[in-house]
Amino acid sequence: MNINLTLIGQLIAFVAFVAFCMRFVWPPIMAAMLERQNKIADGLAAADRAGHDLELAQQQVADQLAEAKKEAAVIVEAANKRAQAMVEEAKQAATAEADRVKTAASAEIEQERARAQEQLMSQVSALALAGAEKVLGAEIDADKHADILKTLSADN
Amino acid sequence: MAANGDNQTVSEYIVHHLTNLTYGKLPEGFEREDGTIISAGGQWTLAHGPNEMSVMGFNAIHVDSMLWSVGLGLIFCWLFRRVAVKASSDTPSGWINFVEMVVEFVDGTVKDTFHGRNPLVAPLALTIFVWVFMMNLMDLIPVDLIPHSLMLAGVEYQKIVPSTDPNITMGMAIGVFVLMLFYSIKVKGFGFVKELTLNPFNHPLFIPINLFMEVVGLLAKPFSLGLRLFGNMYAGEMIFILIAALFSVGIFWMLPAALLQVGWAIFHILVITLQAFIFMVLTIVYLSMAHEDH
Repeated sequence: MNINLTLIGQLIAFVAFVAFCMRFVWPPIMAAMLERQNKIADGLAAADRAGHDLELAQQQVADQLAEAKKEAAVIVEAANKRAQAMVEEAKQAATAEADRVKTAASAEIEQERARAQEQLMSQVSALALAGAEKVLGAEIDADKHADILKTLSADN
Repeated sequence: MAANGDNQTVSEYIVHHLTNLTYGKLPEGFEREDGTIISAGGQWTLAHGPNEMSVMGFNAIHVDSMLWSVGLGLIFCWLFRRVAVKASSDTPSGWINFVEMVVEFVDGTVKDTFHGRNPLVAPLALTIFVWVFMMNLMDLIPVDLIPHSLMLAGVEYQKIVPSTDPNITMGMAIGVFVLMLFYSIKVKGFGFVKELTLNPFNHPLFIPINLFMEVVGLLAKPFSLGLRLFGNMYAGEMIFILIAALFSVGIFWMLPAALLQVGWAIFHILVITLQAFIFMVLTIVYLSMAHEDH
């Protein structure tokens, strides 16, 4: 247990190793560790931000969806209105057409009736004439009383 | 691992194990074991036997302690420098992970204890912790393995655990002590003198008493630091040697001695780590006290 020069030797070695460690070992390792720490912190922050962004995007999507729904409702309503209007229009057109057809038909019927009346009249006059001829016999000459017959038929 | 031959007693075996390989200066006129007489001016040589070592006195160096200590220190520097070169912010792996764990542990301990700002303290603590741990770790190598192998190769003595050499532990403690004094004076300036003279009794009459008490307290720090490590490791090494000596007692002792050896080694894993840690923490605490300005 003798104290000797080993003490000094160890002291020198101690100083040398501490100096080496202080200069070449500690700073690079600490720097690397600090850098990694920052990197991880940044990564976590980015993840946080991404989560926040996602939330925002979801919110936006929900908003847009709601708006689209509203718009769709408006469009459907307009379409419904338009459809109703179209149906109404078609109804009116149909009614008008029906009226027109009806008017035309009644006009034709009227014409037909007039013509038939006229025909009937002329036939009646002929018939009356024939009847009268038969009644009067030869007394009435058709040519002679043409004027009277004509006024007769005209009267009727 | 029996004692080296039957011609060696147990006490010789133990003493042999506790002797350093010493290189030193024999004084003029000293008669060596083989009868040669040292010529004028003395002679630097390897010591044979305890007598020559005590004659060498301070002018000697423990070659084994120095080589193992410096070798382990170089291994520490190499291992950690490799990591420092490779260290990056990418995912660490393997050895880098381990080194970073150690560095982080030391850094945490320093930050918990040392509140000043000094770039020296953390690297100092790391060096002390790892280096002392490695020196203590040599204790777990079977006690006879390396000394006996080297003896066969012609080296007379070999003590492979540097921290069982008080020169080694006190050398480091003195290094720490010098740093304590340096920072005390640097940080406190004249306040350091006041601290030594006006504490604990703040009166001019008490200055000598204060000075005496404070100086003793101050000097106790490096001694407690160095001798605690030395004492623990020396005692541990001694128990390993005593258990190893059991092997030579008789065939019945083989198994119990082997079990004791293993048991003590397992317990010693705790001791060597704890002692390295204590040396580091005390260093930090002492330096922290040196930085505290009242």
